[in-house]
Amino acid sequence: MLTADGTLPADIKAEILALAQEELHPQGASVAALQVVQSRFRWISTQHVKEVAQLLDMSPDALDGVATYFNLLFRKPVGKHVILLCDSVSCWVMGRDRLCAHLCKKLGIQPGETTADGAITLLPTVCLGHCDHAPALLADENLHGNLNTDTLDHLVDSLREKP
Amino acid sequence: MSATPTPLTAMITPSAPPPDCATYERAGGWQATRKALKTLAPADVIDIVTRSKLRGRGGAGFGTGQKWSFVPKELASERRKYLIANADEMEPGTFKDRWLLEGNPLQLVEGMILAAYAIQAGHGIIFLRGEYHLPRKRLTQAISEAREKGWLGDNILGSGFSFDIHLHSSGGRYICGEETALLTALEGRRATPRSKPPFPQFSGLWGASSVVNNVETLSNLPHIIANGPEWFISLGTGPDSGTKLYGVSGRVRKPGAWELPIGTPLRQIIEDYAGGMLPGYKLRALLPGGASTAFLDEAALDVAMDYGSVEKAGSRLGTGMAIVLDDRTCPVGMILNLEHFFAQESCGWCTPCRDGLPWVERLLSAIEEGSGETEDIEQLARHARMLGTPGRTFCAHAPGAMAPLASGLKLFADDFSAHISHHGCPLRHAA
Repeated sequence: MLTADGTLPADIKAEILALAQEELHPQGASVAALQVVQSRFRWISTQHVKEVAQLLDMSPDALDGVATYFNLLFRKPVGKHVILLCDSVSCWVMGRDRLCAHLCKKLGIQPGETTADGAITLLPTVCLGHCDHAPALLADENLHGNLNTDTLDHLVDSLREKP
Repeated sequence: MSATPTPLTAMITPSAPPPDCATYERAGGWQATRKALKTLAPADVIDIVTRSKLRGRGGAGFGTGQKWSFVPKELASERRKYLIANADEMEPGTFKDRWLLEGNPLQLVEGMILAAYAIQAGHGIIFLRGEYHLPRKRLTQAISEAREKGWLGDNILGSGFSFDIHLHSSGGRYICGEETALLTALEGRRATPRSKPPFPQFSGLWGASSVVNNVETLSNLPHIIANGPEWFISLGTGPDSGTKLYGVSGRVRKPGAWELPIGTPLRQIIEDYAGGMLPGYKLRALLPGGASTAFLDEAALDVAMDYGSVEKAGSRLGTGMAIVLDDRTCPVGMILNLEHFFAQESCGWCTPCRDGLPWVERLLSAIEEGSGETEDIEQLARHARMLGTPGRTFCAHAPGAMAPLASGLKLFADDFSAHISHHGCPLRHAA
């Protein structure tokens, strides 16, 4: 099993170089390149920042500035599944704080943490643009709305069963 | 209820896949592209859109034709110009562009072709927020089909005009919706805004002339070109032209979004379309166009939702997506939630915004938690004045953040004092 501490595999490097070639300057591919790394390893390690920076003709610090800037790029390990629970205004009005407390209790973690079995990371997130179905969350790439404690329980159970 | 035309959403069927190229064409799609590329000069397209009085639907309301007209004439033959669709819909309470992106991505593609033709740009980019996974899949499919059918690529319809679209999936930051921060993000750097001038039309992406238009703005173009500016003007009910996507979230019976004549009264949107408040709740106030717009109370409900009227009422049309505050939800808590968002999403580039917004959040948090003092309210008002004045911060982020605070301090003065005298939130356990 590849880990994020190892060096970047050749296919990922090739993919990043191809992305860089589509841009006027390689740096234009920085976010896309980091997304490629994250989609394989689930997060972006310091080792990988260094290697990607080299491929994009950037300094590692400049690329790390980008990696640490964006909400959806993870510079720390996350679980197999990531739940992004909206904490913006429409969801707040519709009771997201109560749901967040329920979720924390069920998972045994606080927002920003990962369950002990490494299955689920819970993160607060800005408005998901699903306000007519508030409260809402994104579980990996799937949007869920009109949440209540029952649907949350069901969702967590089904995530735990997923590989 | 709506007998008026709904050009933007007419082809969208809820929970059905979006139209493919052939379906889009049968329903009237691509005729504007044929008309423009075969019979109109680029300057004609700019003229038609200027005469249609289309104004930017992302929130600022700048005239679209006018925005294009600032592309320097001496760059007419320069192909390396960029037409960028701003699909970074991150204004809290806003879900209108998602409707268009998921429901009819080809309409956006066609709007981009028309805008690019008008400014003679060879390169198109859709800047899509990273959380919009279904829109990404549908846009990818639409772009690839349009390319396959010859609507994108070299020499479109044999006109000599070449244009293609690249999809950029953002790493996720609110400030990327600001057009110069968006350009910085596309250059692969931390997305901090740039000073203007130079405006993007002179020096935008990688120093090339660039125009950034919102998804809803661009999606209007095929209809304006196909039906003419007079038709578009006739769709609006007040001084503005066209339809507008309006929406409502909060404790209303039917939260949602609707395409209505621009200038539809707010009361009609809340009461008729959103079905009024849920049983047991009363409307206390609302943010008419997203998180960065000032609160309006019930007395302002009869305002027409056009740019000028909402401004006259003391707020902004913004995205046109209203967020309702009910009588059982704490206004101080709501403003704290809003300022938490703005403090977190400050890009950190300029000091007043980077340090001022977290300070505002801490003051509000103290008041909500019961350790606030009377002078904290004056301190908040001072921040609202200092950060709310355009020009004292680098971009419009802090002034936007101060809009709900400044208006909230006035509208909810009694709630703020009650929090101080009760040492906490009187509504905390009611909701």
